[in-house]
Amino acid sequence: MPPPTPPPRDVVHSEAFLHTLMRRQLKLSLACALAFLVILLGLPLANYFAPELMATRVFGFTLAWLVLGVLFFPAVWAISWIFIRRSIWLEEDEVKAVQNAKKGN
Amino acid sequence: MTTPLLIAATGGLLGGIDPWIFGFSFVTVAVTLWMGFRSAKTSKTASDFFVAGRSVSVGWNASAISGEYLSAASFMGVAGMVMSSGYDALWYPVCYACGYLFLLLFIAGPLRRFGAYTIPDFAEGRFDSPLFRKIAVCFVLFIGFFYTMPQMKGAGTTLAYIFQNITWADGSHGLPYWVGVVLVGAVITLNVALGGMKGITLVQAVQYWIKAFAISVPVFVLMSVYGFYGSHIGVNQTQVPVAAVVAGAETGVSDPGYKIERKSLVEKAPRDTAWVSPFGPLTTKAVNAAANALPADQRAAYLAEHQRPYSLLYTYSLIIALVCGTAGLPHILVRFYTNPDGVAAKRTTMWVMILIGVFYVFPPIFGVIGRNLMPELYSGVGSKGTDKVVLELPTLLAAKYGVLGSILSGITCAGAFAAFMSTFSGLLVSMTGALAHDVYGRMLRPKSNPAERMVAFKVSAVVIGAVAIILGCFVEFLEINFMVGQAFAIAAASYFPLLFMSVWWRGMTMIGAATGMLTGGLCALVAAALTNVSTLSLDKGPMGKVFASFAPLNGFWAQHPLLRILAEQPAIWTVPLAITLMVVVSKTTSASVPADIRMKMLVLHAPEKLGLKQEYIQEQQAGAGR
Repeated sequence: MPPPTPPPRDVVHSEAFLHTLMRRQLKLSLACALAFLVILLGLPLANYFAPELMATRVFGFTLAWLVLGVLFFPAVWAISWIFIRRSIWLEEDEVKAVQNAKKGN
Repeated sequence: MTTPLLIAATGGLLGGIDPWIFGFSFVTVAVTLWMGFRSAKTSKTASDFFVAGRSVSVGWNASAISGEYLSAASFMGVAGMVMSSGYDALWYPVCYACGYLFLLLFIAGPLRRFGAYTIPDFAEGRFDSPLFRKIAVCFVLFIGFFYTMPQMKGAGTTLAYIFQNITWADGSHGLPYWVGVVLVGAVITLNVALGGMKGITLVQAVQYWIKAFAISVPVFVLMSVYGFYGSHIGVNQTQVPVAAVVAGAETGVSDPGYKIERKSLVEKAPRDTAWVSPFGPLTTKAVNAAANALPADQRAAYLAEHQRPYSLLYTYSLIIALVCGTAGLPHILVRFYTNPDGVAAKRTTMWVMILIGVFYVFPPIFGVIGRNLMPELYSGVGSKGTDKVVLELPTLLAAKYGVLGSILSGITCAGAFAAFMSTFSGLLVSMTGALAHDVYGRMLRPKSNPAERMVAFKVSAVVIGAVAIILGCFVEFLEINFMVGQAFAIAAASYFPLLFMSVWWRGMTMIGAATGMLTGGLCALVAAALTNVSTLSLDKGPMGKVFASFAPLNGFWAQHPLLRILAEQPAIWTVPLAITLMVVVSKTTSASVPADIRMKMLVLHAPEKLGLKQEYIQEQQAGAGR
């Protein structure tokens, strides 16, 4: 049996803080992952169920080739840029919240 | 070697080698070795390297990660596979680049905050278990060896290309594949053993820019002479009955605006429609083999029923392996420690995605142009096949512009050297570290002194280098890119579940983590190995005889194409298997969750500014002192 966890010393070490912290970060990560997975897993489905559409020619490329070989990269960069901005903001917000709570004590 | 043979070889060397190609390659090798040794002098120990690395800026660090990551598979293999298999092969470069998104979203920041140098470090720290560290170390070696084999093939192929015209005393031409493997493998192994290339950030960063230059410049020149990327795809017709495709005169039009002077395809090349469309030769191989084993009248019905669903399954499994595998590569994760904090780790990851994403647009262009202008490569096998299209394609320019073709081919050869040298060195350093530090320093001789450990490091480097060279000699007939994909599949089923679950689920226990990682990883390993030995047994040369006892496996695959796909691309079942086992076993052993799990989770997830890491270290030391 693990020894009982010592009671929290302040807001940072409280169960509630960790819970919110992980929840908020996981939510952001999952939202970005979902956007990515829709594109990543949706493309084979589009190829499977709409082969004629995906064979449409654009500047010589087939649509399927253009999406996967060229357009896919900028889409992923955009997702990662949004994630980083949000997650840095989230961290600053958490630090602020802790500092405010300490002042309040 | 006898004297006449030596003279003949030297005479042949001088006569048969393009001085530009040889010169560029030689300079790359020399500069890499020189830079490695120069940097190694200033940082002697592993901790020097890591501490020094902390002052590295995001830009340099991102270049260094990209430099270490872009291997022979990216530089040569992707182009070769796009040429041989078409559209389906595009998943490789895309997922190699986009896999970093998973790393960014779920792993990079927490792992950096936890302060673990390597995955074994993390495994030990997260579960307070030295035993688990030892288990985790095994996979550094498993993944590492699967990853070094394609690098060795890259080396063998490149040297065979550079020395293709030399004449030996007995009248034979060209350098055998294995000579290149042994030569390059020995040089890099010696370099690592003597202390050069200790994963120095600067060297790896420069290697990235060499590779980016070497892949992009020849593409721009080739496209300006022979036509744009899109035009070269445009001449591949999407809806032409097979009968209409006559050698030398491909009639039928799907996009008449594009005029590319195309050479006639050889018999072994896939037809246009299959090549340019999704679910082509790469993903339908198993089903086609199964259909060929059936009586002729049943084939069409069988293919209509199974071909597309199975190839969709293949595609998904490949995607899972590559995307999850990127997040579990030991030699890449080490580099995240050189970021000053979690925020910098995230920023670095984004820049890595941009740098390698830009890079990965180019290799497929070589494959596409190669299909139209150099189709004779389809007939070549082993080191003379499509894997060398990046090296050979620029020589086409020689006909029109003379020496320019040689110069550009020299540049791509230099890039290929940079590719397999940087990745092989990086792998060798992390594998040697695992063997010397963990296996020798912690398991065999825990009381050894630093001098003994230094010797152990050198001996380990030579042993691992030798094993990698021997393995490399066997794989001439497997595609570079395919083998790297297998290393990713093993990483995806072992380290990825471990990292992902340990970071985000506090209920994970050491026993649960170990069971899931071992089962998933070993299943992927066995599946990949079975696929390879059965493919090698099909070879008509000496390699086929070595692996002849595995030939019956191919009969089995032909009867069970689904099993073949699940063995060739195991990620779709091994990753869920590993995660499920981790959850189930952790639940049943929930009593052994580490006692200070809340503190560990805080260190993983709370912003560094709150200073929890220092507090955690103090608590650990206080606990140890008690």
